[in-house]
Parts: sequence; C-alpha cells; structure tokens
Amino acid sequence: MKVKAAIIGSGNIGTDLMYKLERSPYIELTTMIGIDPESDGLKRAKERGYATFDNGIQGLVDNPDLADIVFDATSAKTHVRHAKILKELGKFAIDLTPAARGPFVSPVVNLEENIEGDNINMITCGGQATIPMISAINSVADVSYAEIVATISSESAGPGTRANIDEFTITTRRGIEEVGGADKGKALIILNPAEPPILMRDTIYCEVKNMDEQKITESIKAMVERVKEYVPGYRLKQEPLFDGNRVTVFIEVEGAGDYFPPYAGNLDIMTAAAVKAGENVAKHLAKRLSM
Amino acid sequence: MKRNSNKPIKLTEVCLRDGSHVVRHQFTEEQVRAVVRGLEDAGMHYIEVAHGDGLGGSTLQYGRSLVDEMKLIEAAVEESKNSKIAVLLIPGIGTVHELKQAREIGAQLVRVATHVTEANVSAQHISMARELGMEALGFLMMAHSAPVEKLVEQAKLMESYGAEAVYVTDSAGALLPNQVRERIKALRQSLDIEIGFHAHNNLSVAVANTLVAIEEGATRIDGSLRCLGAGAGNTQTEVLVPVLQRMGMDVGVDSYKLMDLAEEVIAPILPKAQEIGRGSIVMGYAGVYSSFLLHAERAGQRFGIDSRDILVELGKRKAVGGQEDMILDVAAELAKQKA
Repeated sequence: MKVKAAIIGSGNIGTDLMYKLERSPYIELTTMIGIDPESDGLKRAKERGYATFDNGIQGLVDNPDLADIVFDATSAKTHVRHAKILKELGKFAIDLTPAARGPFVSPVVNLEENIEGDNINMITCGGQATIPMISAINSVADVSYAEIVATISSESAGPGTRANIDEFTITTRRGIEEVGGADKGKALIILNPAEPPILMRDTIYCEVKNMDEQKITESIKAMVERVKEYVPGYRLKQEPLFDGNRVTVFIEVEGAGDYFPPYAGNLDIMTAAAVKAGENVAKHLAKRLSM
Repeated sequence: MKRNSNKPIKLTEVCLRDGSHVVRHQFTEEQVRAVVRGLEDAGMHYIEVAHGDGLGGSTLQYGRSLVDEMKLIEAAVEESKNSKIAVLLIPGIGTVHELKQAREIGAQLVRVATHVTEANVSAQHISMARELGMEALGFLMMAHSAPVEKLVEQAKLMESYGAEAVYVTDSAGALLPNQVRERIKALRQSLDIEIGFHAHNNLSVAVANTLVAIEEGATRIDGSLRCLGAGAGNTQTEVLVPVLQRMGMDVGVDSYKLMDLAEEVIAPILPKAQEIGRGSIVMGYAGVYSSFLLHAERAGQRFGIDSRDILVELGKRKAVGGQEDMILDVAAELAKQKA
C-alpha cells in the first residue's frame, strides 16, 4: 500500500521532489501546492496529472484526504505557520526549510528514533552530505571535533541561502553535533563561480579519541554505500587521509539530474534525503494503518 | 601626485591579520600588544586584527589560532587610542555572532570579504555592522579573476547593502598596474562611496599598484610592515609612506617610527625574511589565492611533489579563497598520477 503525499512549495526544490517521488514504490504523490499559478513547478505538476492548488496550504486544509505525508519546501518563516496547521490536521511533515520545528534528521543516522513524531527537519545540504560520514567515524572512533567544508557552485546557491548564509553554517554545526555525534562542530561554506559549474564537494575533518585507521575506513566505506542507495552520485573522492588523531574525508556529490543539473549535488542530496526519509515514514505509517 | 579624489588617504595596517598566515596563526598576545603600541605611536589610522581567514577562521581547514582572536582583538583595543581596530569577516567562515563579539570588545571597523563574484552573501553582515555602529567596508577578493564590469556590478551591490567603501582586493597578487588602473577608474565612475585597494607583492608590483590605485582615486589603502602578509606579503607599509611623502603626500603617519617598528618588532616575528620566493611568483603568475602558499608547501612535502605544480593546478581548477581543502586533495591526486 502506498501512502499519499503532497508537496508544498512549487519552486526548484519542490519540483525536483516531484520527479523523485514519482519513482517511489512507497509514496503516491497526489498534490502540488504553490502560491504562484504561473510557477514552473505548478505547471509541470498539472501536466503530470497531480492535483494543484495555488492558494498555499489552504488547498490541503480544504482537502485533507489528499495526503498523509507533507513535504514542505517553502521558507523557514512559512513553515513555522505550516507546522502548526499540519499538526492539527494530523499530517507528518518533512521540512526542507531551515525552520527546524522538528528534530534534525539524516535518514541513515537517526530517522528511526524520530519516526513516531510528526515533524522532521532535513538540516542543510552540507549537513546531509557530511553528517553520515561523521556519524560513521563517531560510531567506531568517538569524534571529539568535526569540521566540514562544503564547496558548491555559485549557480546552485539560491537567493535564500545567499541572503542568510549564517543560517547554513550555524544549522550545519548544530547538526554535526546533535546528529553526527561530534562533541564540537564547525561548518564552512564556500561558493565557487567556475564555469562549467563544479560538482558539490565536501571535506570532513574529524579529530577522534580512539584512532583505528582500518575500522574508520571500513565504517566510512560502508556508510558511503548506504548513502549511495538514495544519492547514487555520492562518492569518496580520495581514500581517507590519516594524520595523528585526525582523519580527513573528501566527498563529491553528483546529482541525479531530475530537475536540477547534475552539478547541483547540494540541492539533489536535500531532496533525495527528504524522499528517503519520507519513504521510511510511509512504510511506518502503512504498517500502523494496516494494524 | 595628482589624485582623482580629494578625500584623505586612510591606511590600514594588516600585518596582524594577513600576517597571521605567515606565522601559521601563532601570534601571541605580547606580539600583538607590541605591534599595536608601535603603530599607535606612529599614528596608523586602522589596525586589522583577526585570524588570517577572518573572524571564526581558527579551524583545521586553515590552521588553529594559538591565542583566541577575541583575546588578541581585546589586547589590541587596550593598546590603541587613536588608531582604530578593524576586523575581517568572510561570510561562510565567520558569522554575525563573532562580529557582535568583536564589536563588544571594541572593534570599530569590519571589512566583509567575498569572492569577487559573490557579493550578495555579504548583505547580512554589512547591514548588521552598520546597525552595530561600526564602519563597514566591502572587500572583493580575487579581483583579478572577474571582468571589470562584473567587479563594478558586485561593488554596487555592496554599496547598496550599506558598505562605506569597497576594496579591490588582489588576493593573488596577480594584477598589473594597468589592470589596477582600469578597475579603480571603473569603480570611481560608478560608486558614490570610497574605493580601497589591497595588494599582494607576489610579482613585486604592490607599491607600484598602490600608487596607481591612489592616483585613480582609491583612498582606503592596505599595507603590511615588512610585507608580513600571505604569499610575498602586501604593500610594504614602511616603504609606501616615505614614497608618498616623496610625492608630496603626507598621510599623517610617522615613517621613521614605522621603519623602527618593522626592524625591531616585526622582523623578529617573521619565521624567515619575506622574500618573493618561487611559490609566490607562481601564485601571482597563475592567479592563485596567496594564503595557499604554506599549505601547498606542506602538502608538497607530504606527498613528495613540487608545490608549484599544486599551485598551478589549483589555478587551473579555479579554486577560490578559502578552498584550502582542495590543496590536499589535488596533492594526493598529483602524487597518484606521478606514481
């Protein structure tokens, strides 16, 4: 049994989500909600036969049976309002904005412990790309400090990210600590305008308490395979480097090229992680509904 | 000298920030106090103090500070009376939180630095600085790497956010005098705010470039004593001031005192004399961010390859300021190709 879902926010992220959800064996996308009837996302959704609303979340309030899971790809401010409404409607919210009303989630790290709730937050693109690595290292070597550097192409950094770049660094740092398990975290973001646009690259530095090169390498590689299940273009760029109590991991993220061009791995990993989380939530809900 | 501006020249001494790269961010509080005392005595207008990569730069990516930069800023504020203490902030590395902290302990000016094409990440920090009552200037790094029209467009963005000056920042030390001239001139014709110039001496034209910049109308000028700055350092302050005097410009800073400070306090801080080494020349030639130098030398040693090959490769891949992690990555890759 597929669980019904809706997307709120018909911008780039929402549109890319639509293409990914179309392929899901666990989720049936029914609805796309926006506020601009002329938006490319709403037009595409209509063409593909989904219910579309251009009056925002009211569309769902009036038709609550259209979805059990709601992906919110609007803005932080808007999601604060949506979170309340979705809770009252009894919907499970997957929040791709920086609002963070619910707990931070990386689908391969801590989804299970948050699946009984009703709202999860997808942290940041840099968080989705790096926290699985930190968690993998932490699980075998105990990370005292983790620092990540996310370098993305200028083309793929939207106006929201640019207007509040501090939100990225601060939220990602929190995710590194709260989800990745590092005692202390730090996040850096760099925009590179090179043409043709560069793929997203992430460097992860960890200082560990229990250095064991072999165990750490194995744990990293196993985690890369798990992330690859939902982001096929996620890969190690180099073998991990070791230096004293420090391990350095180089990651490259190539997107699936659904709505975004493949270089925008940073955008792709957000939507892919949200879909992965949504599918697990759907499986959980289906089980609960059938009982 | 005929100048295209009637505003006074304001000098900023950057050795306690840009020079942080040279000492691998190991400045002590005593060193900072001694340098600031000397600069205050010489009448320096602004003194920049921060990690080399700006507020919040103490990281594994760039190198950890020996002493918390806030402590160093605080010490600098204590030692200065007329000189104003400035800080650098690179959005993506530092945040408004560090900016507020620096303001609380007495920093009066911030330069908000972005890559030359990415000015719109600075809006948040420039407007916050103004709200905090600080002077806020924009700092467009790697200015050699974008066409002049792009530079102008980006500078105008910073002006619209409230920047009181925008710098042409030659992070790679790659600009030649005619290129400095066209950039400053274009900005002068498009902006209502002051224009600044920050040089690196990788191709030995920092003083020449600075003179051209001043002639074209730049009024915010950076220098570092004894060239204590990344790569081959910046415009040598204690050289620039007497040169300006020879040209009939008194900027109100005592050149003998600067020379004494350079000789007696700065020279002993330098790990080795600031000559223009092969790495710096290659960076200027290939347009590579100057703070990559020491990282590339270390990576070259670690992987047994020529650091110049790393630097040139970074230039080819269009690495921007802050991408120090790419140095290890490129070095490991080059070593693999060689093997």
